[in-house]
Amino acid sequence: MKKTPILSAENLIVKRGKVTVLDIDNLQIFPGRTLAFIGPNGAGKSTLLLALAGLLPATSGNLYFQSRKVNGFSALAMLRRNAAVVFQEPLLLDMNVEKNVAVGLKFRNLSGSEIKQSVDEALAYFAIEHLAKRAAKTLSGGESKRVSLARAFAIRPKIIFLDEAFNSLDPPTREAIIDDLQNILKETKITAVLALHDREETLRLAQDVAVISGGKIVQQGNTVHVFHQPINEYIANFVGTEVILEGVVKKSKKGLMEVAVNGHLIEAAGDFKTGQKVCCCLRPENITVSETMPGKISARNVFKGKVIKAVRQAYFYKITLDCGFILFAYVTLPSYEELGIREGSSLAVSFKATSLHVIKR
Amino acid sequence: MGVAVALNDFFGKRLVISIINTGMGLPPVVVGLFVTIMIWRSGPFGFLEILYTPYAMIIAQAIIATPIVMGISLAAIQNLPPNLRLQILSLGASRLQMVWVLVKESRLPLLAAVMAGFGGVISEIGASIMVGGNIKGYTRVLTTATVMETGKGNFDLAIALGIILLLLAFTINFMLTQIQQRQRSR
Repeated sequence: MKKTPILSAENLIVKRGKVTVLDIDNLQIFPGRTLAFIGPNGAGKSTLLLALAGLLPATSGNLYFQSRKVNGFSALAMLRRNAAVVFQEPLLLDMNVEKNVAVGLKFRNLSGSEIKQSVDEALAYFAIEHLAKRAAKTLSGGESKRVSLARAFAIRPKIIFLDEAFNSLDPPTREAIIDDLQNILKETKITAVLALHDREETLRLAQDVAVISGGKIVQQGNTVHVFHQPINEYIANFVGTEVILEGVVKKSKKGLMEVAVNGHLIEAAGDFKTGQKVCCCLRPENITVSETMPGKISARNVFKGKVIKAVRQAYFYKITLDCGFILFAYVTLPSYEELGIREGSSLAVSFKATSLHVIKR
Repeated sequence: MGVAVALNDFFGKRLVISIINTGMGLPPVVVGLFVTIMIWRSGPFGFLEILYTPYAMIIAQAIIATPIVMGISLAAIQNLPPNLRLQILSLGASRLQMVWVLVKESRLPLLAAVMAGFGGVISEIGASIMVGGNIKGYTRVLTTATVMETGKGNFDLAIALGIILLLLAFTINFMLTQIQQRQRSR
């Protein structure tokens, strides 16, 4: 399925003084998908976002929006009209919530009734109808964030850019907003580009990632894929050494779920609805391997696995197992000898339902 | 003009801002002298024949007030969050719409700029007397009249004029403050 990108960049270079802050060879953003830029602070994520949104002039290189080259005033205006940016700080105007959300629509000289309808819709999306008449300056951090998101979505952009949108929010608020955003992106199919620096947020929101370091894209691709095969230590640290299994909830009862992963059922703690797409994250240190299938143990999940790879680390072996899905496990040096592990040997793998960290996809 | 300077990046911007800031403290007497020379019968604008007329006074007061209003407006606009401009543009604003939103956002300090400019001008005396000439019934204003009456020893009249001046300044500033603070409490 080859689609044409909605927005793409070619040899995009941004210099600040003599320093090159951004150097992007090739980047394609496909319609309806969510792409996350991840990387350390100062890597150029925000700069890239602004350049793509047509808000920061590039020193050289080309930008294409809907296959049309963005050069000259009208093309740039066209890109800006179809894009919306949500900044890290809410940047609300000194007026009430309703008027704040309407501001982008007013710029487009829409009629009063059209504006009213879009504003009401956007307020409902982010569950802030009750704040409509409140002065924006009196809102809490989470409320302000919702208003700034509603303001961006109200103009029904073709593509939306979010720069570190969830920083400085307390965890429950952040959770709730991410949930809403996830649903809206799914429902509206608006293409989204996010600068993030949290692995869980990235997993939840983005299908694709591009890892930015020193103003360059050092790795890009499917999120789960990139998280599994980080090409450098930074990415490895960022994504952690966890195994991430994509699956669908088959059964859910009293905090215990059965998740189908590649045709295998895994029991996991959590209470997402049946049919929910999820990612199960599992740290290698929570996986136990043994020679034979264990008898009655407290671990909920037991699988037979085949050793694909065993790599010696400082004090243990990291082994890659194929159980119908790929797992990593650590084995101490004595156990490694004792179990006689070779590539191709069969092992029993077990882990507890509670050691799985399940997140919504 | 202050808004324009704040919003545009151009070569020598810092120099321009320095000049504006210096202008904020411009001694009115110097302005009076400068304007007098300019419109003196043999000066470059002598042909206009406006020395000792209200027009000359208006010109001089404008020169005094402009840097004050510009300087404060400039600071007000520059004081807005740096990303606000980009945020407004990203919501699809044209340049004109963006400027309008920014002006509305900084309306409190902009009104303060107007008040400061007004205050500078209404209390000013040096330039008024130099270019206006203090002609009775024509270019004699409250400040120049007060100076003259004090000089003549007519303290009662001078005090009365002073009170009128104060009341006038108070009334206008009171109205501006009303507008400013009503906006704030909303």
